[in-house]
This record gives sequence, C-alpha cells and structure tokens, in this order.
Amino acid sequence: MTMYQPNSEQDLADLLRDADAPLAVQGGATRGVNIAGAPLSTCALNGVRLYEPGALTLVAGAGTPLPEVEVLLAAENQRLAFEPSDLRGLLGTDGIPTLGGAIATNTSGPRRIQSGAARDFLLGVRFVDGMGQIIKNGGRVMKNVTGYDLVKLMAGSHGTLGVLSEVSLKVLPSPECSGTLIWENLDWQASLAIFSAALNSPYDVTGAARLPAFGERPAQTLIRVEGFEASVSYRLSELSGHLKTIAQSAEMTMDVVRNAQLWRSVRDVEPFVGKEGDLWRSSIKPGNMPAFVAALDGEHMIDWAGGLIWSLVPKGRDVRAALNGFGGHCTLLRGAHHLLRFQPEPAPLAALSAGLRKKFDPRGILNVGLMG
Amino acid sequence: MQMPTPDTHILDRKATIAARLRQVLPVDAVVTEPSETRAYECDALTAYRCPPLLVVLPETTKEVSAVLRICYEEGVPVVPRGAGTSLAGGALPTADCVILGVAKMNDVLETDYDNRFIRVQTGRTNLSVTGAVEEAGFFYAPDPSSQLACAIAGNIAMNSGGAHCLKYGVTTNNLMGVTMVMMDGEIVEIGGAHLDAAGLDLLGVICGSEGQLGVVTEATLRILHKPEGARPILIGFDSNEVAGACVSDIIKAGVLPVAIEFMDRPCIEACEAFAQAGYPMCEALLIVEVEGSEAEISHQLGLISEIAGRHNPVELREATDSDEAARIWLGRKSAFGAMGQINDYMCLDGTIPVSTLPEVLRKIGELSAQYGLKVANVFHAGDGNMHPLILFDANKPGDLELCEAMGADVLKLCVEVGGCLTGEHGVGVEKRDLMTAQYTSEDLEAQLNVKDVFDPKWLLNPAKVFPLEVTTPRRSRVLEQRT
Ligand SMILES: Cc1cc2nc3c(=O)[nH]c(=O)nc-3n(C[C@H](O)[C@H](O)[C@H](O)COP(=O)(O)OP(=O)(O)OC[C@H]3O[C@@H](n4cnc5c(N)ncnc54)[C@H](O)[C@@H]3O)c2cc1C
Repeated sequence: MTMYQPNSEQDLADLLRDADAPLAVQGGATRGVNIAGAPLSTCALNGVRLYEPGALTLVAGAGTPLPEVEVLLAAENQRLAFEPSDLRGLLGTDGIPTLGGAIATNTSGPRRIQSGAARDFLLGVRFVDGMGQIIKNGGRVMKNVTGYDLVKLMAGSHGTLGVLSEVSLKVLPSPECSGTLIWENLDWQASLAIFSAALNSPYDVTGAARLPAFGERPAQTLIRVEGFEASVSYRLSELSGHLKTIAQSAEMTMDVVRNAQLWRSVRDVEPFVGKEGDLWRSSIKPGNMPAFVAALDGEHMIDWAGGLIWSLVPKGRDVRAALNGFGGHCTLLRGAHHLLRFQPEPAPLAALSAGLRKKFDPRGILNVGLMG
Repeated sequence: MQMPTPDTHILDRKATIAARLRQVLPVDAVVTEPSETRAYECDALTAYRCPPLLVVLPETTKEVSAVLRICYEEGVPVVPRGAGTSLAGGALPTADCVILGVAKMNDVLETDYDNRFIRVQTGRTNLSVTGAVEEAGFFYAPDPSSQLACAIAGNIAMNSGGAHCLKYGVTTNNLMGVTMVMMDGEIVEIGGAHLDAAGLDLLGVICGSEGQLGVVTEATLRILHKPEGARPILIGFDSNEVAGACVSDIIKAGVLPVAIEFMDRPCIEACEAFAQAGYPMCEALLIVEVEGSEAEISHQLGLISEIAGRHNPVELREATDSDEAARIWLGRKSAFGAMGQINDYMCLDGTIPVSTLPEVLRKIGELSAQYGLKVANVFHAGDGNMHPLILFDANKPGDLELCEAMGADVLKLCVEVGGCLTGEHGVGVEKRDLMTAQYTSEDLEAQLNVKDVFDPKWLLNPAKVFPLEVTTPRRSRVLEQRT
C-alpha cells in the first residue's frame, strides 16, 4: 500500500483535500493500532521552529522525533514536564515516537498528578482538517483565551479531527534532583493510604505509583519529590516521618540512576513488557482503586496516586465491567478483542463527539472508527 | 457597540414567556420589572448597558434545564450570568434575551480530601471555594483578582487566571468535570473525579467558551494542599529592558516562582500615591514570590537575589516576615483601585512572548503619546499576560472612543509580536471585532462549527466572541425558521 508522507503543511492540505479514501494517520507508528486506509505519516513535517528557554516555549513540526526534542531541552536544563510514556516495549512496536503523536494521544506519565497532562502544556496547534483546510488555534504564549480552545480538543483526538502539522508547547526547567521513598510489599489499601497522605501534604509530590512484584523484586510503592537538592532531602525526610503511621521503614533514595530507572519503569509500564495477556489502561477516582483491582484477576500497575491503573488480564476479559458504576474509563491498548478500544461514551456525549467529527472530517476519512 | 436588533416577536411575547417560566420556577425567581432587571443591564464593562427581557434565578440544575427548554421552544436567546464581573462584556444582555443567573446556586455538593476535589454549584464565588476547604489545609489554585466576587461559572466560561497561575495553571488546568445543561434542556455530565477524557476532550473546549456552548451548573474542581509558606521579593530596575532580562534569567536558572509580577513607572507612582506601600521610584518593579518551607524559601530567594544582582537593581527587598510580605503585595493588589482613583480606565489583557516585552512596552509608550492618553502597565511577567491600563475621561465626549481605538492598536500589536488578544478576560463583545486580526476565516469557521454542534439554533449568548457579520447567517436561522 502507498504510504503518504507530505513534506509541508501545504502538501498535507492538498493531500487531504484530494483524498477520496480513508487514511490512517501516524507519527512514528509506535502505537501499533490497525486502522483502515493508506498510512499517512507526519514524519516529514519535522524540525524545531522556535525554542526560547527564557520564555519556556517550544514550537516544532508535529513529526519531530521526541528524542530530538528531549535532547534539545536537556541542553538548557529543561524538559517536557508531562513525562510522555514510551510504550514501544510494551506494545512491541518500533519506530520513533513523535511530538505530534504524544499530543494526539494526550500521553502523560507519572507527573500528571502534579504538573498536568500533555494537553495542559499545549499552547497552540496548526492542523489540517478532513477537508484539507489549514487551521490554527491558540498560539505560542502561555495564557490565551482568544476564542474557543480547540487546542485542548485536538490534544487526545487521536488524529480523528485533523492532522496536526505544528504544535507549540510550554516546557519547564528540569529540577536539580529527584528523590524517592520506597516501601516493599504494601497491599492496595496501604498503598492508597500512602498516596493520599503524601499528596495531602505540603511537600509537592510529583509521583505516586506502585510497581507489581517482578522476578525477585517485591512490589514497590513509590513516592517522588523533585527540586533543589536540599529541598528534596528535607521533603523526603518530612514525608517519611509523616507516613510512618501508615507503613514503617521506607527506603529513601536520591541516587540519580536509580531514580531515573524507577520512574522510567512506571512511565513506560516496564513490568508488563513481553508478558502475555490483554493490556488495559483505566482512569478512575483514586479511592476506587482497591475495589477496582479486587474485581479483576491479572496483574496491575498503579500510577497517578491510584487514579491510573495498567492491567494485564487474561485474553478477552472485559475490564470495563469492574468499573461497576464508579465513573472513569478504560482503554484497551493491546489485545484482539470484540470490545472497542475506547470506552463508549454516554449517548449525549457520544452525539456531541460524533457531531464534532462530522464537522471536522465530514467525509469520514481520518482514522475512521478509531475512537467510536 | 453594535448589538443585533432585538427580535420584536420575542419582545411582544414577554408576558407569555414570563408566565411559562413561572410555571417551572419559584415565583420570585422570575424577574420582569424594569426597575429590577436594570441591575443586570451590564457587567464590569460598564460602558455598555442594555436591560434584558427578563431575568431568571434558578436554584437547581433541573430548574435550569426547564428554563432552557422553554427558551429553546420559544426561540429566545439566553445569556448565562455568574457574578457579572466580566471585563469583556461577556454577560452583557440584549433587549430580547433572558438572563440566566446562577447566583443562587452556591452550594458545596461534595468535598473529598482523599481524592483532592470539591464539587460545587457554579454560582459559588471563587474565594469561597477556597474558604470551604481552607480549614483542612487546602486551596483552589486559580485566583483572579476579582476572586471575592466572581463566580466559578464565569471562571469556567472565561477560563480565568490569576497571579499564581505561573505555577498552578489557569481554570482549565484545575477543572475536572462539569454538569452542563444544553440549550434544549438536556443535562450532560462531563468528566468527574477521574483524570482526562474517555474520548474527545469536550471539557477542554467547554472551558473558555464564554457561555456559548451550554450552561454550566455544577463543577468538580481540583484542590491542592497549601505549601508550608510563601514569601515575595521586590526588585527595582532603572529600565524595562533590564527587568525583562532578569525575568528571563530567573526562569532559565530553573527557579519556578509561583508569581512574577511587573509594574512600570506610571503604575508604581499611582500605586504608591494610593497605598503608600513604600515602593522605590524607578522604571520597573518586579515582585517575585516563591513557596516552600522556610529553608526552601530562603534558598530560592537567595538564588533570585543573586541573579537580580547581576542586573544592577536599584532596590532589592526580601520580605523577612509576613508584615513585610503584605506590604510588598499591597501596592500591586491595589493597582486597579489606584488607577480608578486617578481616572476612568480601560484594562487590556493581551499576552505577548516574554522576550518581546521591552519592544512592546516601548511601542505602547509611542501609542500613548500619539493618542494623548496615559497608560500604566501591570503585568504577569512570567507568562507574558499584560494588563495595560489606558486612562481616559468618561465625561469627555469622544474620549472613550479614542481609548477604544488605542486599545485596539495595542492588542493588534500583541498579535503582531506573536501573542494574542486576551490572556484571561475573554473576548465578549469588547474584542469581538478584533478576532480577524488573530484568526483567518478558516480558523474562525472551525470555532463556529463547534458552536453549531452544541447549540444548533445559536441561542446561547449568540452576539459574543465572533464579529457579528461573521455570525449573522447562523444567528438569523431561527428567525427564518419562524417565518
Ligand atoms: C477588578 C477586577 C479584577 C479582575 N481580575 C481578573 C483576573 O485577575 N483574572 C481573570 O482571569 N479575570 C479577572 N477579572 C475578570 C472577571 O472577574 C472574570 O472573567 C470572571 O471569571 C467572571 O466571572 P463572573 O462570575 O463574574 O462571570 P460573568 O461576568 O457573570 O460572566 C462571564 C461570562 O461567563 C458566562 N457565564 C456565566 N455563568 C455561566 C454559566 N453558568 N454557564 C456558562 N457560561 C456562563 C457569561 O455568559 C459570560 O460570557 C477581573 C474583573 C474585575 C472587575
């Protein structure tokens, strides 16, 4: 099958205007989804157009490889604070993740609970809709309420409303240091209590997760803080004292390599790499986590202080049944299934979403059927 | 300000419409007397006024739904209203509209510290949301200066910001869910106590839609635990350029203050005269605030002083206690009041890339000389959100128009240097006609399409945000259908 790879925004617009069949929009194709139609890659729409460290702003083509952005930012001691996951290991894909792909999927790692999701750092977009029209929204400044916020709508729209050509992002300084408290073998309830107490403290926690047991290693409940070195060590010891009533003897580490490895493991869901089973990602109210996982067999990794659950379950299991009126939603990431990848929305919201798709992609050619 | 010609068909049916509304609301919740509806004739953009057809003040989501259903059937435009503090004329009525005020809906519905959220009815004021969780050590982060008066309803509609949003973000970053009533009366729930949307981010587009997509009646808001403490430092410079460079260096050094506020000489002088905060008389003042434990605060303020020191400040004053901190903030917090004492003023809020600050301030100075109107600048410097205050005399014929023309030029300047028309106040009627300076017709069409989906009849706050000539075909559909 031909693979389209437009070299400019105008090329992309021409291509979409003239298209007469469905297209499967992709960045680095690291998500491993099968979508009907000829692949349309944004990879050639790449390059950083503007980077102002003093203004915390970056503007780049949607196809810009994420690693390239990360290296550029690191040279100025800055980073993408939403900590985008790299799920290639988990999904068994290769290819290079792109900035546009991270935005289109609104992917956010452990720091989501403190600093926000990808959508919260997206300042502006340029995209081409399903009719081939070039549209911009937002801009490159940090505060902008001029007209409707289509920026948020495009983040997480998985290429179903338009093809992103350029994105502007707010970036943040990298902290001097990270530190983590580690408890072993805490159950769901105790882990939740740790998360809750840690986040309900003044110590600005930037990660709260639980890794399942893995080979020799027992399950680990983790709390992270970041900042200036003295401040990190102060907050870790305050937290550790503060949380003693829930669980004794936390290990404390400020080792650079260890911290990077621990949180990469959470971010990229490493414990489930190479394991059999269907893979689900559920966003729920943190307090419902223990009941939710109890209703399921399989293995679970917890992030976002209990609000995000990665579940590896036997093939064909409907994880959504465990929501049981809790609210929240479950997305199927890996597994052949009769169920939709995305959780079906309640009728009135589904109607609004369908209405929006009809406006932005009236001919129905962009990632057809992916989101519903 | 041009507004659509009132629909005489609706004006003629006022009594019938009022009677229908009284069937679904408590008697005193339908206000029809001209002496009483006048209280709703404007918001904080007081230059423009128009009493509405009538006002309804429902108390529950169900009542809001019943009201909207009736207005939908009658083809009556509805202007939602929170506390009426919009500076953009977002809540300005038309003579043929129903004002739907949510002021009576101010209950706290749920506080959940373990899951860090609060659910409120949207008529609740911003400050009283923090008030409801303060005792437990929590706060609601977005803090517009109007927070004592403004309602969460308006905050959501305008995506309001505040001085501390450099660290904590604006409303959209702290909003987890809403209950919203669609124009046809349907009640929808979007988001909730979990993070991120299952499908398209509808919440993201509702926040900041200026009451044009639905009436938001309840909201789930993220609450945060308070930091151990916070303290500001005041730094004076003898030029705007140097102050701008200092801001950029602070940010590059990896310190992320919760607030960086900037004031220029005219603003410093006015504030000093008004509040006697003891500010140094210089060209530019920065107030930088950091948070944390005592030791963390000292460490960060030390770094900031060191960076500022490299820029030869004329004054560097670190607050050593809460008294001194309060004095440092006193002048800044009274900026609007101080200006109001001197003159009538118009407050702009264009945003610019921080790097263009010196250039923009210089050009604003030139425009000020050209128009013969004084300007004072206060500014959220960390995020480039400017607040030029243009002084004028409302009693002098032609002065308001002159001020508006100058305002438009300043905002176009913001767009030219890579910024935008409004950073937090919204478009409303005030900046409606400037939208084409920032957006192409395709850009605008994409936004109008969103409204078509949520409000196909174009009855919700229809004369706002977009230039009237752009929305005429859509707004006249209802009229055409009737005839
Ligand atoms: C002195 C002063 C200082 C200010 N400082 C700031 C500041 O620091 N930061 C900032 O961002 N703003 C500021 N503002 C502007 C203003 O306070 C905000 O825009 C505020 O959010 C408006 O809230 P409100 O409840 O008064 O809304 P209103 O003025 O009543 O309405 C504003 C808009 O919201 C819509 N709306 C109201 N209720 C609903 C609802 N239930 N559903 C859907 N739409 C609705 C209205 O139709 C209108 O378009 C300031 C204003 C003043 C007067």
